[in-house]
Amino acid sequence: MNEVVNISDVTKVYSMGDMCVEALRGVSLTVASGEFIAIMGASGSGKSTCMNIMGCLDVPTKGEYLLDGVNIGQLNKRELADLRNRKLGFVFQVFNLLPRTSARNNVELPLIYARIQTNERKTLALKALERVGLSDRADHLPNQLSGGQQQRVAIARALVNSPTIILADEPTGNLDSKTSNEVMALFTELNKQGITIIMVTHEPDIAAYASRRVLFRDGLIVSDEANSSRAAANTCVNTASVVADQSTLRDC
Amino acid sequence: MEQLWQSLKIASCALRVNKLRSFLTMLGIIIGIASVIAMVAIGAGAEHIISEQISSMGSNLILVIPGSTKTGGVQMGPGAVPTLTSDDGRAIKSECASVEASAPNIRVGGQIVYANQNWSTQITGITPDFLIVRDWAIVSGRPFTQSDVDGATKNGIIGQTIVKELFGSVDPLGKIVRIRKVPFRIIGVLKKKGQSPQGTDQDDVVMIPLPTAQRKVFGSPFPNAVGAIIVKVRNKNVLSRAEDEITTLLRQRHHISAKKDDDFTVKNLSELLSVASTSSKTMSLLLGAVASISLIVGGIGIMNIMLVSVTERTREIGIRMAVGAQEKDILLQFLTEAVLLTLCGGIIGIGVGVAGATVVSKILDWPTLVSVKAIAVAVVFSGSVGIFFGFYPARKASSLNPIDALRYE
Ligand SMILES: Nc1ncnc2c1ncn2[C@@H]1O[C@H](COP(=O)(O)OP(=O)(O)O)[C@@H](O)[C@H]1O
Ligand SMILES: [Mg+2]
Repeated sequence: MNEVVNISDVTKVYSMGDMCVEALRGVSLTVASGEFIAIMGASGSGKSTCMNIMGCLDVPTKGEYLLDGVNIGQLNKRELADLRNRKLGFVFQVFNLLPRTSARNNVELPLIYARIQTNERKTLALKALERVGLSDRADHLPNQLSGGQQQRVAIARALVNSPTIILADEPTGNLDSKTSNEVMALFTELNKQGITIIMVTHEPDIAAYASRRVLFRDGLIVSDEANSSRAAANTCVNTASVVADQSTLRDC
Repeated sequence: MEQLWQSLKIASCALRVNKLRSFLTMLGIIIGIASVIAMVAIGAGAEHIISEQISSMGSNLILVIPGSTKTGGVQMGPGAVPTLTSDDGRAIKSECASVEASAPNIRVGGQIVYANQNWSTQITGITPDFLIVRDWAIVSGRPFTQSDVDGATKNGIIGQTIVKELFGSVDPLGKIVRIRKVPFRIIGVLKKKGQSPQGTDQDDVVMIPLPTAQRKVFGSPFPNAVGAIIVKVRNKNVLSRAEDEITTLLRQRHHISAKKDDDFTVKNLSELLSVASTSSKTMSLLLGAVASISLIVGGIGIMNIMLVSVTERTREIGIRMAVGAQEKDILLQFLTEAVLLTLCGGIIGIGVGVAGATVVSKILDWPTLVSVKAIAVAVVFSGSVGIFFGFYPARKASSLNPIDALRYE
C-alpha cells in the first residue's frame, strides 16, 4: 500500500514574545492509503498542531512532510491551497460552517474553489448530502440544524471533492454519544469506500472505530498500535442505526 | 467570468446581511456623487445662460467709451467726460479698414407714457448700424433708416418689455407715446433678447434716432456727444488690429500728443464676456473639487467598514482557505464587495443628484444640464474609489494565515 502521509522528525515551536512553546518535538508518522487512524492524548499534547500540519493549514518549524509523495515544504501558498482543495477534507470540533448559508451552499464551497460549473456543483453537493443522509435538509441554514446534522453537513463538505484524506479534529467533541456514534458510522462507511481518515479524539469508545491508534504526549508520539478491539460487527450495527435515524429525522 | 460572478453573489449576500450598515457606508459616496452631479448640472446651466447672453450681445464687438481709464494718476472712470462724438462714430466706420459697422449711441433713463400708462425705462439714441452690431431683429414694423437720422425724426422702436407693460394686447405700431414729454410714433418692435450678462433686462428699452435724442430729448450741453460707440469688426481675427486702428484714428481726431493718455477707452467686448464664462467654469471646478473631497471622505468610510468586516469575518476567511480558496479568491471577494458598495452608492447618488438638479431648476427657475459625461465619470469614479479604498482591506484579508484565521475568535 502506498503512503499518503509521511511525516519525519517534525517539530513545531510557537514563540510568543520571549516565551517559546514546543508543541511538537520530533514527530514521525506514516499513514498508508485507506487507513483509519485515531490520534489520542491529553489536552495540549500537540494533536491539533500535528493535524494542522498534516492538513497544510500550518507549516512545521523543522522536519519534512510528504503528502501523497509531494514535499510540502517546497510548495507555495497557491499550491498549498490547491492541495487542500483537491486532496484534503476537514471536519472540525466546532463544525465551522458558514453562517446564513444553506447546507447545500456550504457543501458547494470547495467546488467553487475547484472552479466547477454551477450545475455540476449542485449535483455533486446534493449527492454528498445524500451520502450523509441529509438530502431533505439541503436548503436549511446551519442554525436550523441540530449539532449532529451540522457535523454531517461538514462531513459532506469534506468529502464532496473526493479527497484522499479526511482530517477530523475531535469531530464528536460537541456531540452527545448517540449522534457521535452516527457520525462514526459515517466515517467507517467512508473509510470502507477507500478514503483515508485521520481523527483526533479523547474518548476511547470513539477511538475504537479506528483501525490504528496513535498516542501523543508532550509533543511526542509515545505509542502507535493496531486496534485489536475494533469490532466489525459493531460497525455494521451502527451503520444500520444511522439509516434508521435518517428515517426518523425525515418524520420530524 | 465565472469567478467574478461567484464573488458578486457572495458580495451581494454579505451586503444584504448588514443592510443598514451597507447603506450608511454608501451614504458618503451617495452624497459625494449626488453633489458632483448636481454641481456639474447647475454649473453647466450657468455656462449655458452665459453663452446665450454672449451670443445675444452680438459677436466680434469692440466698445469705445469716452474718458480715460486713468488721467494723470487720478482715476476718472470711463464715460465721465463727453469726449466722443457722432462724428467719431462715422469716422471709425469710414476710415478703419477692419470695421464693418459702427454704432454711436447715447442712453438716458426716462419716462415713457402711452394713454394713461407710464413706465420708467432706458431711452437709447441710435443709428441704423446699432441693430446690426447688436444682431437684433425687428419683429414688426421697420428699423430706422438713414433718413430717420438725417431728419432727426420723432419715430421710436420699443422692446418687448415695453410692449407688455404699456400696450398689453394692443398693437403698438403707429401709436403715439410721449418720451420725456416729447411725442413719438412707434414704427417698430424689437425681438425678445432676455437678460444681459450683467443681469439687466435688455428688452426694457426704447430706441429713437441719435440726433433726435441729442438735440430734442436729452437737452445735453454737448449736443454732439455720444455715450458709447459699439464697433463690429469684420471677423474675430482682426479684432486687435481694429482696436489699434480705432485708437490711432481717435488720437488723431482728438489731437492727442504722443506723451498724453487717450481721452477714450477701447474695450474688446468678446474678451470681457469670455472672462465671465471662465469665472463660471472656475466656479464649477471649485464645486467639483469640494464634491470630490466628500467622495474621498466616503471612500475612507468604505475602507473603515471593510476593515471591520474583514476582522469580523476572519473565521469565514479561514474556512474558505481551509477548503481551498486561494489568496486571489479572497482578494477578489472583498474587492468586489467594496466596489459593489461604491457602485451602488454611485448609482443611488446619480439618482439623487439628477433629482436635486431638477428640483433646483424648478424652484430657482435656473436651467440645469445633466450631462451623460458627468454620469459616466461618476460611475467610473465611484468604482475607482471602491477599488482604491477596498484594496487594502482585501489585501489584508487575503494575506491571512489559514490556521490563524480559523482559530480567530
Ligand atoms: N497558536 C499558538 N500559539 C502558541 N501556542 C500554541 C498555539 N497553538 C497551540 N499552542 C500550544 O501548543 C501546545 C499544543 O497545542 P495543541 O496542538 O492545540 O494541543 P491539543 O490539540 O493536543 O490539545 C499547547 O501547549 C498549546 O498551548
Ligand atoms: Mg486540540
